Amino acid sequence: MENSFLLDKLQGNFPSKIVEIPDAHDLMTILVDLDDIIDVLRFLKSDNELQFVHLTDITAVHYPHLEKEYAVVYHIHSLIHNIRIRVKVFLYGPNPEIPTATVVWKGANWMERETYDFFGVNFIGHPDLRRILNVDDMDVFPMRKEYPLEDPNRVDKKDLYFGR
Amino acid sequence: MSDIKLAEAPPGVEGAGFFATSLDKAIGLARANSLWPLPFATSCCGIEFMATMGSTYDLARFGAERPSFSPRQADMLLVMGTIAKKMAPVLRQVYVQMAEPRWVIAVGACASSGGIFDTYSVLQGIDEIIPVDVYVPGCPPRPEAILDGVLRLQDIVKNETLNRRNTPEYKALLEKYGIHTNK
Amino acid sequence: MSEFISKMTSNQPVFDDNDPQDELITLNIGPTHPATHGVFQNVVQIDGERIVSGVSTIGYIHRAFEKIAEHRPFYQITPLTDRLNYCSAPINNMGWHMTVEKLLKIEIPKRVQYMRVIVMELARIADHIICNGILGVDTGAFSGFLYVMQEREFIYEIFEEICGARLTTNIGRIGGFERDFNAVAFEKIREFLKRYPPVLREFEEMFVRNRIFIERTSGVAAVMPEQALDYGWSGPILRATGVDYDLRVQNPYCSYEEFDFEVPVGTTGDVYDRFMVRNEEMWQSLRIIEQALEKIEKEPKGVFHAEVPDFYLPPKEQVYTNMEALIYHFKIVMGEVDTPKAEVYHAVEGANGELGFYLIHDGGRSPYRLHFRRPSFVNYQMFAPMSAGMLLSDAIINMSSLNVIAGELDA
Repeated sequence: MENSFLLDKLQGNFPSKIVEIPDAHDLMTILVDLDDIIDVLRFLKSDNELQFVHLTDITAVHYPHLEKEYAVVYHIHSLIHNIRIRVKVFLYGPNPEIPTATVVWKGANWMERETYDFFGVNFIGHPDLRRILNVDDMDVFPMRKEYPLEDPNRVDKKDLYFGR
Repeated sequence: MSDIKLAEAPPGVEGAGFFATSLDKAIGLARANSLWPLPFATSCCGIEFMATMGSTYDLARFGAERPSFSPRQADMLLVMGTIAKKMAPVLRQVYVQMAEPRWVIAVGACASSGGIFDTYSVLQGIDEIIPVDVYVPGCPPRPEAILDGVLRLQDIVKNETLNRRNTPEYKALLEKYGIHTNK
Repeated sequence: MSEFISKMTSNQPVFDDNDPQDELITLNIGPTHPATHGVFQNVVQIDGERIVSGVSTIGYIHRAFEKIAEHRPFYQITPLTDRLNYCSAPINNMGWHMTVEKLLKIEIPKRVQYMRVIVMELARIADHIICNGILGVDTGAFSGFLYVMQEREFIYEIFEEICGARLTTNIGRIGGFERDFNAVAFEKIREFLKRYPPVLREFEEMFVRNRIFIERTSGVAAVMPEQALDYGWSGPILRATGVDYDLRVQNPYCSYEEFDFEVPVGTTGDVYDRFMVRNEEMWQSLRIIEQALEKIEKEPKGVFHAEVPDFYLPPKEQVYTNMEALIYHFKIVMGEVDTPKAEVYHAVEGANGELGFYLIHDGGRSPYRLHFRRPSFVNYQMFAPMSAGMLLSDAIINMSSLNVIAGELDA
């Protein structure tokens, strides 16, 4: 299956809502509006010709310099045609919200919890949106660019010894 | 002739039909050669510990035949792998549950100092929450290194005085970690 | 949910939650339970021996890989990938190198690709040895584990010969290997090909037709392909349900398309099938290694990296004597090499599923964002829902057959 066929089909079903990001390095990448994301995902999964049944991954990216600060990225794989697609949705900060994909794939559950844990993306309608990897009482979203890698509360690490 | 090697007797006074040594040394000998390990394995070092327990290296040769998974019946806590902050209270509780005398080996860079993970989520060495007797370097240490760590601990155990656990210094050490003894 | 339970326990009476005689006990398993082989916590409600519901808690060794990766240059991320799935670290290393090579569009010589195949397949065998051996231990057969562990030690000896490390290998560089395999390494690989088959045969004879093993595993935790795909499963456990999805065939990397091997698939997706799929994969890996050795013979000798001085560190002795080498060394270490701004996703067939690297690069010294698609993380989330209706002891062997590696689970 050709990428152009896939794109035509998507744009035919969702007129003027799907934009391909040109010059993608490896996978075909499409940009979808926040309002349509679940419809697009459901279409990709259930369409008889496409059959993107395997949700490979959900994650997010933080771009503090952009107006829409957060991007949620879905990697989906059609096992029958052996073709992958990357779906991106850009969201406004600082409290990004997006409908949950657990209604399409059950496997989205933990991936979305992880994304929430790291970036604070609120997946509306998620059955159990809690922190998954970090401690429950953490009050920051550590993968956001403004938070440091190292624990800021350390006392044993004197800058003097590290030439800083 | 038997292949079985006996542990070396501690220094003492020997004569016809008797052997005398201090109680400290006799008990130290017994303790050192039947350490019951409690493997607290979280990550990569745990896999190397698996090799240490396995057929090629065989930790059981040194009297640690029975890994005790209950902290109540263990002498030697082997902390292997990264301890995240989420895990820290669990580790501390396991240590508190162990009966005296208890010893701790920090196996690997992560348990000793946080290793390469200088991050917000990782405890920078288990000695922040519990006292440690032996540190084994390596990321992960080779099985030989883990065995060496156990041998070093055996030296410590052999030479420990019986009343060490009752000394004010030891109690102060535990107090420093916020572990209260009722004795 | 009830449909799910009835599917899972087709031969068992479906559980009645409203029965007043039921007294449910809440049992906390983990995070340091000896039966779980790792730091997983599951709080389950049990009625007698049968699990009614469960909740998994993970993150007990969350080490913030993705955050660290944003602060490290490409070549310093390799040691991080070691510690993802530490039972088969070389596969992770190679996956990461290939991701960067895809970003930088580096062509890898054939000989290097075959060398990588050898290393990856050895790692796959080492990983499956642990998983199947532990599954044996959990079903009450300790001796099989002891037999195959010795062979795993031999694989580690080969790794030591290749790179100097046993477990967290850090094998290879971006663009190839840091050194050629020496003669001893080749010799040991050949020896392994000779000595492992009889051991594996013996191991498999202990289990495959063993009545106790079959009773304990057959029909336990059977999963339908639809369920497995719904939860995003991949790797041997997905193939055990009958879906022939193997990245080595579907998206060949490292010249896997040139090799002649079969992808074993199961039928029922139960623990027994998972054991058999892993077992057969070890045989196939041996075949692949054998072919790779033959192919290496035909390639020009002594090639162990691509000619990419911009990204491949020059040998140390040249750095001290050769101006050009010194400049490249400086440029690489200081991160002053031009790199494209792009996003790549590259996935390899890890020992327990699709191990993906999603790399967003903005041309800087370190990745702008690096996300690991960890198979254990995705595979494990079905554990709690599928445990409902299962016997507690079955849930334990189900967990060991999923082969969830804590380091990979928690990143």
